[in-house]
Amino acid sequence: MTQLAARRLRRLVLVVAVVLFGGGCTAGAIAWNPPIRPIAAPAPASFPAATVAQGATLAAIGDCAVCHTAAHGAPFAGGRPIPTPFGTIYATNITPDPTTGIGHWSLAAFRRALRHGIDRRGEHLYPALPYTHFTHATDADIAALYAFLMTRRPVHAVAPANRLPFPLDWRPLLAGWNLLYLHPGVWRPDPAQSAEWNRGAYLVQALGHCGACHTPRNGLGAEETGQALAGGKAEGWYAPPLQAGSPAPHKWTVAELTTYLRTGVDRAHGAAAGPMRQVTDELATVPAADLHAIAVYIATLMPPAPPTVPPRPAPVADSSATAIFAGACGACHAADAPMTRDGAPSLARSTAVNATTPRNVIAIILHGLPWRDGHAGPYMPGFADALTNAQVAAIAAYVRAHYTDRPPWPHLPAAVRAARHDQALHAASRSQAMRAASRDPAVRAASRDQIVRAASRDGDRT
Amino acid sequence: MTPVLSRRDLLGSGGGLLVMAAMPVAPVTSSPLAPPPPLPGSLRTTPLLDAWIHVRPDGGITAFTGKAELGQGLTTALIQVVAEELDVAPARVALITADTGRTPNEGFTAGSHSMQDSGTALLNAAAQARLLLVAQAAAELGVAEKSLTVANGVVHAPGGASRTYGALAAKLSLHTRATPSAGLKDPATYRVIGRSLPRIDIPAKLTGAPSYVQDIRLPGMLHARAVRQPSAGAILLHADTDAVSRLPGVVKVIRDGSYLAVVAAKEWQAIQAMRALAASATWRETTTLPEQSAIPGLIRTLPSRDIPVLTWTHPAAPPVKRLRARFTRPYEMHAAIGPSCAVALAEPNELIVWTHTQGVFPLRTALAQLLRMPKDQIRCIQVEGSGCYGHNGADDAAADAALIARALPGRPIRVQWMREQENTSEPFGSAMVGEVSAALDAAGRIVDWDYGVWSNTHNTRPVVGGLLLANAALPDPLPVPPPEPIPMPEGGGDRNSNPIYAFPNAHVVYHFVPEMPLRVSALRSLGAHLNIFALESFMDELAHAAGADPVAFRLRHLTDPRGRAAIAAAADRFGWATPSPRTPGHGRGFAFARYKNLGAYCAVALDLTVEHETGRIQLGRVVAAVDSGQAINPDGIRNQIEGAIVQSASWTLYEEVRFDRRRITSTDWSFYPILRFPAAPASVEVHVLDRPGQPFLGTGEAGQGPMAAAIANALFDATGARLRDLPLSAARVKAAIGV
Amino acid sequence: MTGLTVNGQHHEVDATPDTPLLYVLRDDLELNGAKFGCGLGQCGACTVLVDGAPVFSCLTPLALLAGRKVTTIEGLGTIAAPGPVQRAFIEEQAAQCGYCIAGMVMRAHALLARTPDPTEQEIRDGMNPNLCRCGTHMRILAAVRRAAAAMRSAAPVQAG
Ligand code: FES
Ligand code: FES
Repeated sequence: MTQLAARRLRRLVLVVAVVLFGGGCTAGAIAWNPPIRPIAAPAPASFPAATVAQGATLAAIGDCAVCHTAAHGAPFAGGRPIPTPFGTIYATNITPDPTTGIGHWSLAAFRRALRHGIDRRGEHLYPALPYTHFTHATDADIAALYAFLMTRRPVHAVAPANRLPFPLDWRPLLAGWNLLYLHPGVWRPDPAQSAEWNRGAYLVQALGHCGACHTPRNGLGAEETGQALAGGKAEGWYAPPLQAGSPAPHKWTVAELTTYLRTGVDRAHGAAAGPMRQVTDELATVPAADLHAIAVYIATLMPPAPPTVPPRPAPVADSSATAIFAGACGACHAADAPMTRDGAPSLARSTAVNATTPRNVIAIILHGLPWRDGHAGPYMPGFADALTNAQVAAIAAYVRAHYTDRPPWPHLPAAVRAARHDQALHAASRSQAMRAASRDPAVRAASRDQIVRAASRDGDRT
Repeated sequence: MTPVLSRRDLLGSGGGLLVMAAMPVAPVTSSPLAPPPPLPGSLRTTPLLDAWIHVRPDGGITAFTGKAELGQGLTTALIQVVAEELDVAPARVALITADTGRTPNEGFTAGSHSMQDSGTALLNAAAQARLLLVAQAAAELGVAEKSLTVANGVVHAPGGASRTYGALAAKLSLHTRATPSAGLKDPATYRVIGRSLPRIDIPAKLTGAPSYVQDIRLPGMLHARAVRQPSAGAILLHADTDAVSRLPGVVKVIRDGSYLAVVAAKEWQAIQAMRALAASATWRETTTLPEQSAIPGLIRTLPSRDIPVLTWTHPAAPPVKRLRARFTRPYEMHAAIGPSCAVALAEPNELIVWTHTQGVFPLRTALAQLLRMPKDQIRCIQVEGSGCYGHNGADDAAADAALIARALPGRPIRVQWMREQENTSEPFGSAMVGEVSAALDAAGRIVDWDYGVWSNTHNTRPVVGGLLLANAALPDPLPVPPPEPIPMPEGGGDRNSNPIYAFPNAHVVYHFVPEMPLRVSALRSLGAHLNIFALESFMDELAHAAGADPVAFRLRHLTDPRGRAAIAAAADRFGWATPSPRTPGHGRGFAFARYKNLGAYCAVALDLTVEHETGRIQLGRVVAAVDSGQAINPDGIRNQIEGAIVQSASWTLYEEVRFDRRRITSTDWSFYPILRFPAAPASVEVHVLDRPGQPFLGTGEAGQGPMAAAIANALFDATGARLRDLPLSAARVKAAIGV
Repeated sequence: MTGLTVNGQHHEVDATPDTPLLYVLRDDLELNGAKFGCGLGQCGACTVLVDGAPVFSCLTPLALLAGRKVTTIEGLGTIAAPGPVQRAFIEEQAAQCGYCIAGMVMRAHALLARTPDPTEQEIRDGMNPNLCRCGTHMRILAAVRRAAAAMRSAAPVQAG
């Protein structure tokens, strides 16, 4: 049995035990949630434009589109696989399509989903939907978000079935999980802090759900209490600490954080990668005041000064790694590369290179920063095809040694192997979902030319 | 493995690196005779037949053109022309492209002129050569010319006697002046022209045979890289030439004023030495660029020279409605996939430069001035490079190679630019502004049209040494001539500013802006891109204001029958008359132009889908109809129009040169994003309207403008948002359509 | 001297281990197929196969290639006997200037080896790393579809 499978099994046993316990408790108490009566989809014009606009901002801060949009899929129409340690969950369609989306949902049903993780029919939603954060959102914000989503174009799209092992595919068990980890209650401001700080704190903790990635999770997939924003995981990437544990070698200023959140890149720290990049793409549309508020709040959590690292003896030069770095990475990252001369930060500034885990350095070597249609900004090719695991490990070790004073990462080869494995799983579920969509019999029956025409008719996006 | 080409091979084959048997070549003559007789095409400037056609002893034909293969399929098309009129198989025709040592001087390969100039010249020269050959055969065989037939280079008499071209040519001189028109075939009898002959260069390119100037490899060749000034006019204060000259493989470090270059034995060594040299250099940078966000508005406000383009005054019905609009485009880049490259060799009495320039003869003049040497000691040979789409870095790379080769006599020097050098040093296509207003009468007809266009020049092609990039870095630079507009009827910034439609009243002015905040020159279609975008977008606006169908509205104002036919063909093939049911975010658009109002007609109909949440445009089905006159190679025309459509889609949706107050920041593809595969249209269909016997009109640039406008018009149809500023980026579309 | 296997042939080349494969192919082995376009992994003009996987040869130093097999377009076929992908590109006349095309062929070859029956979206996503400035995209896509069909009909039917 592979290490990973063993880890999964252990986790599963634990989950089953706790869930059975929780389920037992729940059975007598709160197991049953009534369905909420379907409504006729409200007319888009029934929502005030200002509310819809406010909802658009909140949806961007909440990154709704990031999870609820499949690769090449229509925004908010769901279908994106969300890898979790327990299995793959497919995001649902949150367009107002009556049969496959939330067209029949009343505001009350929507509010219950966000606050309690219960869908309109009374079924539990998996906490891949970060309702433990959304539960703190204000009524007005939830109403605005509702107004925004209900005025989207309805898209008829059914998400693939989740792939979860028994008994996790039995939703009532989540009642037990909620008992343990869902703490409803509208967010309360801290009167000792400025209004802006409070605005930022609210956005981060409620709709922004930053902790969903940046807080470590326990064996049951819940955010660890007392560890808020202390660093977590997301889709195989490391979400670094946004508090005292931040490994950034250069202190984040409010201005730098704001720039980073808005553009996905800051000249003193580097570029957003992995899932964070989609987050910053969303945030690009958010009003400057809200981004500034988030930055103000996060800046106060960060360490007052960057961590000091005791100087360490100069690493023994590995001539092979030096050659690999010069030939594979130097065109952009060498001190005399045009990109560096034009202001891209040195790797010495990179949070990933300074982090306690090599996870992001490995992930970015393997996957790079992908192209975004027509969008000018940082790009990096992925090297998954070009490098063996040992070569990835050698580059990671070289970068760590060459650009930081921090101790070498232990167990690099194993970390690379694990990252590769994760990647293979994610890629498989992504491409299965995509192929399933594009091999819909109606489309497949057609000839190639008809596919092209069908793609143009359907906007090539469904 | 590919054999190393010898210098002799390269000199013998001239253009396409297609190695042919070395041939004795007739002297090239460009007779400065006055007054020139009215000869067709480039025969006007090069009237002697043997400058164009040479019959080899084996009966094969070597033809010469002063035009360059740029990936547009020129070689194949010209071979078809020659094969047709001489009645030989295309495989027996070899074509020598632009070479100052061997071919006619046909200026630049630009403006979709190759078929009009060179195609027409070769058609007539080949036909007249055939007449002479047949006459010779008739004399030898003692029969009437009329009774002779020609098949694949053999002249047959009725009784079975025959003569090969090779034998006939041995007793014949083609060193004779062309006549205005003689011996042309009836187009109805064409067997090679009008056929989609497969491109002769494609199999080699697909199997790794040497095909490009980048592939030249000469014995003893060294690799060089220049270190470019980081911003225009930067002055070199210091560079550690000593340290760099000690790096592995470095043969020479050149410093001449602010001009810096390295030469090394191997390419990777040259690149590393160049990086080290660049890192060691300190510069005084003085240029201040405008605020990028102020462009193109700044172009509108800089001092301009006003050039009237046209004024029409005719009686018309009274206007009832007037519309106004302003259209803009930013600076755009040629951005060839392969950075510019050249190879040069300085020999005691001759400097030879292999270059992918569009004009070997003008380049030779410019190099002679830059190097202060006599023109006749320089030979420029055009070899294909990566597609260039106008005046890019090709000539400047040739100047680099020449400057460096002169410092290392006897050693062939290959220079290729780096990506960031290509992107920051090439001359861009100018930013432009077009302002239009028009009035409709009660019947929905345009009764008055007023258009003004503001632009820099679209031509700083290096006809003199001062216009070469390296000049500014040299210690004693040549004067730089002031920019000049290209006069109408072809025009530069005002190209296609003259409406093709029949408006009773019209007034068009070109506001030529001499001051150039950024270095600019010719980019495929020049001003026609913005002018057609503006004109055809505005026609769409007016059609809507008049409550008319956009296609019918155009036809209402167009009398040119071929234009009408192109519009009808595109609309018909697209199915314009039977629109599919409307779905949200889906729209269709139409646009049409005749390039320069002199060249090819091109109409485009397309549909697209706008993703409401992001503003992203996904192109659907694109249908074009094109009339390029007599079609020599219909598939070649389709290929070029397909390319123009996809490239114009990239310009229209994405492209804009970025810069800060000092330097160009679009240094690579991540900061100059262009269209990638997922964004390509779902399909592109091009319908060629063949016009047998009509003059060649050229094709290369006809699609750029119509495609841009068709996208904007479909965007309006899909969303109700009229976007008039290029590019139609997702962010702009989203801002326009709102939440 | 560094050992290198290209198109089934072993070579000893006189180049430092940091030298990207692109320059070794072009300058030492005198193969023209892989082209310099950006040297940054952004355009794909330099694409070759390493152990069957598509890589940017401009960012693949020799040090990475010990014991691995490199395939360039010269290894796929000749003018007289083009490989199936080359043949499909020729049949579709899928080139304008053609500078990008060798990279396109290599990318397509790798794509079809992994995904013999690709959807239109998979082809477009698979070709995404490679740029063409001439706008030959529609013909390249057609050539990939044509090659896929040709290779499927030529390949023995696989179980499952
Ligand atoms: S040259 Fe290698 S990716 Fe562009
Ligand atoms: S054919 Fe010219 S770049 Fe692709």
